[in-house]
Amino acid sequence: MTAETSSNAVINANGLCLTFDSSDGPVHALKDVDLQIDKGDFVSFIGPSGCGKTTLLRVIADLEHPTRGSITVNGMTPEQARLERAYGYVFQAPALLAWRSIERNVGLPLEIMGISAAEKAERVARTLELVGLDGFGRKFPWQLSGGMQQRASIARALAFDADLLLMDEPFGALDEIVRDHLNEQLLELWRKTGKTICFVTHSIPEAVYLSNKIVVMSPRPGRVADIIESNLPDERPLDIRESKGFLEIAQRVRAGLRQGQL
Amino acid sequence: MTGFQTLLSRLGVGAALLALVSGFLGGGSDMAVIGGSLLLVLAGVRHVYGILPHIVIDLAAGLVGMAVLLVVLASGMGADFWWLLVASWLFCWLAVERGMMASTNTAMFSNVILLAVPVFFGIWIIFVWQMLAVGLDIPMVLLPSPAQIAVRFMASTSVLWADFQQTFLKAALIGYILGCGSAFILAIIIDRVPFLQRGLLPVGNFVSALPVIGIAPIMVMWFGFDWQSKAAVVVVMTFFPMLVNTVAGLQASQAMERDLLRTYASSYFQLLINLRLPTAAPFIFNALKINSTLALIGAIVAEFFGTPIVGLGFRISTEVGRMNLDMVWAEIVVAALAGSISYGLLSLLEKQVTFWHPSNRRNHS
Amino acid sequence: MNAAVARVFPIATVVAAIMIVWYGFTVYLNAPWQIERYEKAGIEWQMEDLVRDTMALDRPILPAPHQIAIEIWQTTVEKKITSKRSLIYHGGITLSSTLLGFLMGTVLGIGLAVSIVENRAMDKSLMPWIITSQTIPILAIAPMIIVVLNSVGLTGLLPKALISTYLSFFPVVVGMVKGLRSPDPMHIDLMRTYKASRMQLFWKLRLPASVPFLFASMKVAIAISLVGAIVGELPTGAIAGLGARLLAGSYYGQTIQIWSALISAACMAAILISIVGLISHITLKRMGLQQ
Repeated sequence: MTAETSSNAVINANGLCLTFDSSDGPVHALKDVDLQIDKGDFVSFIGPSGCGKTTLLRVIADLEHPTRGSITVNGMTPEQARLERAYGYVFQAPALLAWRSIERNVGLPLEIMGISAAEKAERVARTLELVGLDGFGRKFPWQLSGGMQQRASIARALAFDADLLLMDEPFGALDEIVRDHLNEQLLELWRKTGKTICFVTHSIPEAVYLSNKIVVMSPRPGRVADIIESNLPDERPLDIRESKGFLEIAQRVRAGLRQGQL
Repeated sequence: MTGFQTLLSRLGVGAALLALVSGFLGGGSDMAVIGGSLLLVLAGVRHVYGILPHIVIDLAAGLVGMAVLLVVLASGMGADFWWLLVASWLFCWLAVERGMMASTNTAMFSNVILLAVPVFFGIWIIFVWQMLAVGLDIPMVLLPSPAQIAVRFMASTSVLWADFQQTFLKAALIGYILGCGSAFILAIIIDRVPFLQRGLLPVGNFVSALPVIGIAPIMVMWFGFDWQSKAAVVVVMTFFPMLVNTVAGLQASQAMERDLLRTYASSYFQLLINLRLPTAAPFIFNALKINSTLALIGAIVAEFFGTPIVGLGFRISTEVGRMNLDMVWAEIVVAALAGSISYGLLSLLEKQVTFWHPSNRRNHS
Repeated sequence: MNAAVARVFPIATVVAAIMIVWYGFTVYLNAPWQIERYEKAGIEWQMEDLVRDTMALDRPILPAPHQIAIEIWQTTVEKKITSKRSLIYHGGITLSSTLLGFLMGTVLGIGLAVSIVENRAMDKSLMPWIITSQTIPILAIAPMIIVVLNSVGLTGLLPKALISTYLSFFPVVVGMVKGLRSPDPMHIDLMRTYKASRMQLFWKLRLPASVPFLFASMKVAIAISLVGAIVGELPTGAIAGLGARLLAGSYYGQTIQIWSALISAACMAAILISIVGLISHITLKRMGLQQ
């Protein structure tokens, strides 16, 4: 790790290892992962199940602890970063609290962080508008569709304005039409806010469409197989997915995945 | 009209015909019974042939039967009387069946029906009880009639109120609050210590299945005859269901939700207030409802083992000894009302607090 | 093996802690009375005397666990079963009315559940009253029911069993209704595509689906049946059964007798629940509903 790379690096991992103990012996969820993510990057983590992509995201979020190696988030340990509320996390499921209305769900992190009521109301209204849920604030989560619930959970992660967004297969449970729509909105949001986004997925088109950097991972032990920089333009209409440049990158990702299987 | 409804109306016609026949054969029978039976026969025939197919007529036929029965009621009734009872019961059932069928049409009507049907059923139970008690001339020492119980109830409200105060307001309520409250606090403590969780929970589960009521004589020995010993029984009875349910409830939140609050770097108390207690609420209310019944039982049964000369349990056991069964039943009415109303209030509160739970959602959206 | 130790160790610790606290309380609660006795007799006493003597009283405020164990041993193993002082004799009487009541309650509960599931009018008119029936403290009026039934000539096992029936039918109704309604709508649709009759739907789908629910409620029902039988034995007329032992013990201040009756009732409850649990386990395993 040199001084010049760390200045711009949001996440910096060196020789990261994580081993779970199971009844069949130790499982190497992550092995020797080296990774640098810069400010403003949209990074996708892709790979088959068991490749450690979710585990890596959880290590960044201080929800798992590495057994070996080092990792910094904004130049701090993950725990410090968590206590500083440096990131917003979006889970596979919306994980909205059923007894809170949408606006109170989005306001939950702000309440916990002790932000004043007036500012909370203002921020909640703004983020709900950002994800296109204005007018639904008084509804309860179970009165909304799956896609709307997931949008609310993204609004919740955005509400406290962290510069880093960690998303763990957020659209995995949604149908393709809703998913396309949310992908477009997410890109729009990224362009507008310039946040750093780490996005776990198992869909190649989704990864290529969204990111400017794709981390291909392979299982047993979970490790980084390839890192692909994307040269697609920032402006990406949905039909870019039929363009030659898009298909070439998708080809490289697929090749990387196949290589990792061997 | 379904086959079942036709069957009901045919049976109703049959019973009313039998009432007519036995009325004439018996001779000297009341004109009211004969007239009522005739009306019911006509109403039933009308139903079978589908003339004037209105539910109100079925209901009216049943009610006319009931009214006639009430008017002629005296001890030692003949066969025509009992057949008319059967006939009007069948017509009331028919009306309920048709009401249920119609209730799917509009939301307003369906709400009325859903409330009216159980109330109607309850009235019928009391009605049949009155008929049997008077018509069969059952001695009061065995089963007093509802009317006798009502008279006794009105005549002795001051005694009943004193007993209610002693048993419900003092013993049961204080014991309930202490038992549920202390179990709740202990549950939150155990929740932080996994070792206690694994050790105390099976023991708690075991104890809540035991006949805990048996400790009543011991508590009377320890805490004396007054309400304190009864409250102690109630504390022990309500403690374990509350403990077990609250601990289970506190663990009911999902790992993902706990992770979410962790990413906000929330403190233990923020986690407790914002996530774990709300998820535990349905479990806690479950225990509160179970305990509301247990508390009353505990307080009353404990009074069988020694008491000052006031209290529901004391009154029940002494009046049984004196064969004053109407007074016993009046006390039972007090206990039943107290039990049902507390349960009902808790259910209402539960609906308010856990409106979000899947089992309550229908009423809300 | 290790998993079993990890499961049992915390429980054993808690039980041991309860025992220690119990012994502590035995000394603490009985001490004032014992000291008074020493002073009356003018005996010089040491702490160890006090500890020893408080655990050997005839009618202690709180008997020590070993006193109860000895009493149970003497009244079970060392007494003939026919003896009026044998706990096995009394336990047997309570057990038989528990089982009879449990059986009747289960049959009644299943019958009511079937009629509730199959007929909507029954569901709407009966279900609210079944729930209300349990908010009435029936246990509290159990003695009256016993006395009244005795006066019409119903004596012996049946009146007590009726109390147990009243208590035990409720969990069975609630569990069975839930169970009979538990089949997946998809499975019901599947049966429809076969043009299955209502009876076939019931026997081939609803009933098998309800079995796990039935067993879960039967575990609750048998425990509560025992409570019903014991309370049913409380009225002064009863001379036999664990409940009668409790009452007699409280009249004569025989605390050891009360506690031994209580502990045997607890053991009986535990054994009955585990037997139902075992039958449930075997049945569900055979039906392929449980590994």
